[in-house]
Amino acid sequence: MPVFWLALIVLAIAALGFAAGRSRALSAAGGDSRGLHSLPTYYGWNVALKAMVPAFFLLLAWLLIQPFYVNSVVSGMIPDSEIREGSSRSLMMAEVQRTATGLDNAIAEGVMDDAFARDPDADIADVTERLKSSGQIVTSEITRPMLQAAQELRVKSAAGYSIMSIAVIIAAVAGALWGIRESLPDFRARNVVEQGVRMLLIAAASIAILTTVGILLSLVFNTVEFFRLYPAMDFFFGTQWAPSFSGRGGSSELGVLPLLWGTLYISIVALAVAVPIGLFSAIYLSEYASPRVRSVAKPLLEILAGIPTIVYGLFALLTVGPLLVSVFGRDGLNWMQSGTAVMTAGLVMGIMLIPFVSSLSDDIINAVPQAMRDGSYGLGATQSETIRQVVIPAALPGIVGAVLLAASRAIGETMIVVLGAGAAARLSLNPFEAMTTVTAKIVSQLTGDADFASPEALVAFALGMTLFVITLALNIFALYIVRKYREQYE
Amino acid sequence: MDDLRLTERDVTSQDAKIAAKNVQVYYGDTHAIKDVSVEIKDKTVTAFIGPSGCGKSTFLRCLNRMNDTIDICRVEGDIRIDGEDIYDKRIDPVQLRAKVGMVFQKPNPFPKSIYDNIAYGPRIHGLAKNKADLDVIVEKSLRRGAIWDEVKDRLNAPGTGLSGGQQQRLCIARAIATEPEVLLMDEPCSALDPIATAQVEELIDELRENYSVVIVTHSMQQAARVSQKTAFFHLGNLVEYGETGQIFTNPSDPRTESYITGRIG
Repeated sequence: MPVFWLALIVLAIAALGFAAGRSRALSAAGGDSRGLHSLPTYYGWNVALKAMVPAFFLLLAWLLIQPFYVNSVVSGMIPDSEIREGSSRSLMMAEVQRTATGLDNAIAEGVMDDAFARDPDADIADVTERLKSSGQIVTSEITRPMLQAAQELRVKSAAGYSIMSIAVIIAAVAGALWGIRESLPDFRARNVVEQGVRMLLIAAASIAILTTVGILLSLVFNTVEFFRLYPAMDFFFGTQWAPSFSGRGGSSELGVLPLLWGTLYISIVALAVAVPIGLFSAIYLSEYASPRVRSVAKPLLEILAGIPTIVYGLFALLTVGPLLVSVFGRDGLNWMQSGTAVMTAGLVMGIMLIPFVSSLSDDIINAVPQAMRDGSYGLGATQSETIRQVVIPAALPGIVGAVLLAASRAIGETMIVVLGAGAAARLSLNPFEAMTTVTAKIVSQLTGDADFASPEALVAFALGMTLFVITLALNIFALYIVRKYREQYE
Repeated sequence: MDDLRLTERDVTSQDAKIAAKNVQVYYGDTHAIKDVSVEIKDKTVTAFIGPSGCGKSTFLRCLNRMNDTIDICRVEGDIRIDGEDIYDKRIDPVQLRAKVGMVFQKPNPFPKSIYDNIAYGPRIHGLAKNKADLDVIVEKSLRRGAIWDEVKDRLNAPGTGLSGGQQQRLCIARAIATEPEVLLMDEPCSALDPIATAQVEELIDELRENYSVVIVTHSMQQAARVSQKTAFFHLGNLVEYGETGQIFTNPSDPRTESYITGRIG
């Protein structure tokens, strides 16, 4: 039975249980809901939860565990002598699984019947022929033990899934019955539902956290793998970035310094654009603008944050780059060779970051108590004196937090760099030269056709890890600043 | 009020510092202050009393044009300080506020050091020629604010770290530091405990020597204790204005009597 149908059946049981639990509780109280501990729907939800939660957990656990179990049983059927030269048991098992799927599909297509697929003494050549004719992928020659293993795999899986369906339905029905039995006026169904809600929220939070941990672990393992192939000293302190894709291996120079420098340089240019403009527009919006102007201008500014970065990249490539070239290029000051440069990417990235800085700073400036401003006005200070000497110092920790958040955005930005800054990794101080960043190189290292186990591809994980550590440090620093000074004016 | 001392309290000065005539204040469509005329004497503590929402704070804020910072607020009428119309176009409200200091209901020290809190006004208005001069102003203001002894050893500590009563005295010292002529106080003791209140009240009495003080208060005992003149506001009208002793012992308006005996408010 497909899992989808199974899930629907469990839901149907839960729905029936809901109705039954609700009406049982009501009738036990003589039809008067005031005689119940909880509202009638809570009794319904209690039953539904008890039907659904264990059943779905069982389903999930079964789906995860069964393949492991069946595989380990079946893999025992393949004698060591059958494992081919240069192959391994796990590769053989992949073959067996492919054959089993092939048999399934062949039956579905009608080239063989079920009995034939189950026949352990079937003619191997015939089986192979039929599999091929139904368009199934058969990579290597099927041997008799492999065929038998595949057949066994099919039988075991099918049996497992039928047992699973029965078990899940029994669990759902048992849960529902348990809940219905409980549906008496004194039962505290409301508290049970409250617990259920709490568990749901905990589950959601843990999924988010566990995923992060998983991503982090995969980064760490691959980074360790990379450092096994490539010396860490050369990676962290190398000043050359010259990966070789020839496949000879060993000839690549993978120094991270030029990339880090490019990242840093472009981010600095971007922040030099975004921080003053963003901060000043935040001050204007929160302190000077009339409510009418503010209600129009703030959403307009926030639209900037909604533009996909690839569009900013196009803007850099097609508008800002040529514009800069016309001023600083060969026809002008002759500082710039082509449109792709640190300046191009930095300017455009700065524009992208304006709404981050302005929107966060605006909220923070608004959170400074009016009493501070009144106190300053009451002493005869002008508006700009008040802002400079009272409001901004009071809001400073939050503003620093906003700037650091913008900085970690800038460091992680990819698309604008790819299109605006070029792809040449170099250590240079000239902002009109093409450079590249860590993120842009991660893309190019992983989209090439290098062997995935080579240092040229694995370096992407080391780069990602470096970037992650830097942005994490920035975020922690931002949080620290914000926490340390947050209560100052409260 | 059974304190007969009140009637005997003398008013040290008869010069009018602030003269308000026919003042009307509107918040949007709400008519908050209706035709209030009052003369506030120099070197006197004048108390504004009345139930919540009667307009006493609003009127107080007219005196240093703090209502300008509220968009929907509109002030009509004639308010003169030393004979000068403060709503005249030529008057800079910023300069006016340096002359008419204000202390707020909730202590609002800036998130700066105690020293910088006091030095804020003098720095803005350029009252000190050099650092030594500023030090003198800071010490003098803190002494007049009756808080010098408590903070002299920690002038660089943040002003927000003081207790509520200390913060309020710091704010009074901060207002004094700009050498105002009039000091407006909007319920300065409502966030303080009785001991801190007593300290601030004592301070207000001392300030009378140099300034004209206008204090808004909800506590009638406080008005009776610290003020020489009392104005009773009700529903945006100035009901009665006169000697504090007379207002509390022998009010001429029945509404004043009802309020001070606790029947309305």
